[in-house]
Amino acid sequence: MGQKLLLEHINVPEIQTYNVYRAKGGYKAVEKSLKMSPDEVMEEVKKSGLRGRGGAGFPTGMKWSFLDRKTDKPRYLVCNADESEPGTFKDRFLMEKIPHLLIEGLICSSYALGSNTTYIYIRGEYKWIVGILEKAIAEAKNAGFLGKNILGTGYDLEIYVNNGAGAYICGEETALLESLEGKRGNPRMKPPFPAISGLYGSPTVVNNVETLAAVVPIINLSGEEYAKIGIGKSTGTKLISACGNIRNPGVYEIDLGLPVYEFLNSDEYCGGIRDGHRLKAVIPGGSSVPILPAELFYKNIKGEERNMSYESLSDGGFVSGSMLGSGGFVAMDETVCIVRNTWSFARFYHHESCGQCSPCREGTGWMEKVLHRIEYGHGHMHDIDLLVDVAKKIEGNTICPLGDAAAWPVAAAIRHFREEFEYHIKYPDKVKNSRFAHLDDYKTSLQLA
Amino acid sequence: MIKVTIDGVEIMVEPGTTILNAARQAGGDIVPPAMCYYSKLKGSGGKCRTCLVKVSAGSEKDPRPMPKLVASCSTPVQDGMVVQNITSPEVLEARKGVVEFLLINHPLDCPVCDQAGECHLQDLGFQHGSAKTRYEEERRQFDKIDIGDKIQLHMTRCILCYRCVYTADQITNQRVHGVLKRGDASEISTYIENVIENDFSGNVIDVCPVGALTDKTFRFKSRVWFVKPMNAHRDCNKCSGKVAIWMHGEEVYRVTGRKDKYGEVEEFICNDCRFEKKQKSDWVIEGPREVERWSVIGQNKYAVGTKVTAPQNIGYGNIID
Repeated sequence: MGQKLLLEHINVPEIQTYNVYRAKGGYKAVEKSLKMSPDEVMEEVKKSGLRGRGGAGFPTGMKWSFLDRKTDKPRYLVCNADESEPGTFKDRFLMEKIPHLLIEGLICSSYALGSNTTYIYIRGEYKWIVGILEKAIAEAKNAGFLGKNILGTGYDLEIYVNNGAGAYICGEETALLESLEGKRGNPRMKPPFPAISGLYGSPTVVNNVETLAAVVPIINLSGEEYAKIGIGKSTGTKLISACGNIRNPGVYEIDLGLPVYEFLNSDEYCGGIRDGHRLKAVIPGGSSVPILPAELFYKNIKGEERNMSYESLSDGGFVSGSMLGSGGFVAMDETVCIVRNTWSFARFYHHESCGQCSPCREGTGWMEKVLHRIEYGHGHMHDIDLLVDVAKKIEGNTICPLGDAAAWPVAAAIRHFREEFEYHIKYPDKVKNSRFAHLDDYKTSLQLA
Repeated sequence: MIKVTIDGVEIMVEPGTTILNAARQAGGDIVPPAMCYYSKLKGSGGKCRTCLVKVSAGSEKDPRPMPKLVASCSTPVQDGMVVQNITSPEVLEARKGVVEFLLINHPLDCPVCDQAGECHLQDLGFQHGSAKTRYEEERRQFDKIDIGDKIQLHMTRCILCYRCVYTADQITNQRVHGVLKRGDASEISTYIENVIENDFSGNVIDVCPVGALTDKTFRFKSRVWFVKPMNAHRDCNKCSGKVAIWMHGEEVYRVTGRKDKYGEVEEFICNDCRFEKKQKSDWVIEGPREVERWSVIGQNKYAVGTKVTAPQNIGYGNIID
């Protein structure tokens, strides 16, 4: 039984309201951190080893320390709530169920960074959560945790919620800032990085919802205690949104380092693959990360058991590993068609490419069309190598990571499930909209766990 | 002054110079091609990815290589930086990929395109592209739009370099021209099929690297290699009046800005000079222009001392395969 730091009080009735949240020990982290100096708060976060929960896993304390403190410009903290990665819904759960935790984390973090104006940029499709957050902000303000002179310390803070218009690209931090400024959400060229010149040209830190919420237990426990949870450089707890062909889909808080076998099969978490089926493949961190076949998911190429941590899942690089990413855990059983799934992702990235730089704009559309052709029985054998080559030429050559995110799943699917692509091309009539469970000659060739 | 080494050539440049501009100072084959960067337009560059280079040593202090290829037009040089352009197979491979991406949705209607002969995409495709396409799907198509009575926008040919957007933003006083939609559906447009009414709007034609924005007063009149470019000037109260006029016999077929060897205009000219002054008597002719850029226009035999040098070491031999 892992510790619950973020979701401890999730099942308390009315936890969305200030009074209940406060009664359960809420806003203690604000009281504690405002008695410390901003540098001390930041030091706690550094000590905690907290890593960005949005997908990249960059150490948060280090990101904060890059913030330019020498300018006389205002500094901003922006909370990235533009959670649009297919398969990821942890931030939605957190904001919907326990909005005050995010507000509390925002206050502590803003204080550490010296931001007097903090924005929550929330995706367009989460419209109803805007109301929940705004209510929480109003309650916090009434209680004196926001506004002028918080708790008599002389520190002022306002939090605003900004609703996006539904573009995936606005989850990329510089595109998010452009969008927040009221412009077209095109990613910016880096450098300069947001820590030097971000929102309105001022130093800005952009952090994921879960990262900022995790600041609360870090302050409450102290950074050192927090760092004791987890494994190696993956410290603390992480929210995983599990979905796919599992018995209990949902959002789970795990200690990083939990064995993947336990996460997938114990009744406390996913509860295993649904009855009568077996695991075929797993996408451990949202649609952008490489897919792993069952045997490589449980054990890495060296035969060591994998656990749910940044290092263990990426063991083997992109050849035989994947990434923890944003924690969008998708498990697939043998009935899932990898080609269709890859096409579906490619269609998503094609639709969501901003169109600014050529490899991503043209390449995502190309991959989608070729995958569509293969899926619907019009593919050629040379299309498979074409896809690999197109993915390779997009990867790393784009302005923002969306190009990489579009290329990785395609490249990984072909790397691990090439036979399935070939099967589609050889037997177009059999696979059209098929469920693979019924294709006996195909099933026998599969390695399932 | 700081030192940067590009393909083994050492260059001393001012701090803050980009890799591309440093290479341009040295000149020659080491200059990366640029489809979207335009030195006169603030904020341009970084989008087409043709100018990608490999930074094999970041700087004197921190000689680690950069993990990815970088856009040379938007990456400032550091002291002691070592850059590989045409000496890196990785760069040439990536560039070939970018050219392929730019061409998969391009209509390849060069035989009827006014830009043919002075088209940067043509040159780029010739130098870095391959003769065959691997793209089997339908190409993207748009309707032609008239932006005013003098400019035509043919989005099908557009490579979305954003140069015209920056021009409309920075040279003209109104923001009337921008990008609509997203991904490969995005299009340059005025909102909605609006006219750009501005004395300098014609410059969007000059900055366009392909034939997406064309001069309607010159449309289908002649191929560019049949007309002679001459330096000419006139007294103009709106612009400097220094232009290039393109003549066919005694007739002035079209007027453009004077472009340097990277295809960038030296000075932006006004619409009066560009569209209205089509008589030889309107202009004081200074003499023929040298065609410095390696291009099909260079095949014309008129200009004195025309330099026609095909780029070396670049695999345009695959045009035959």
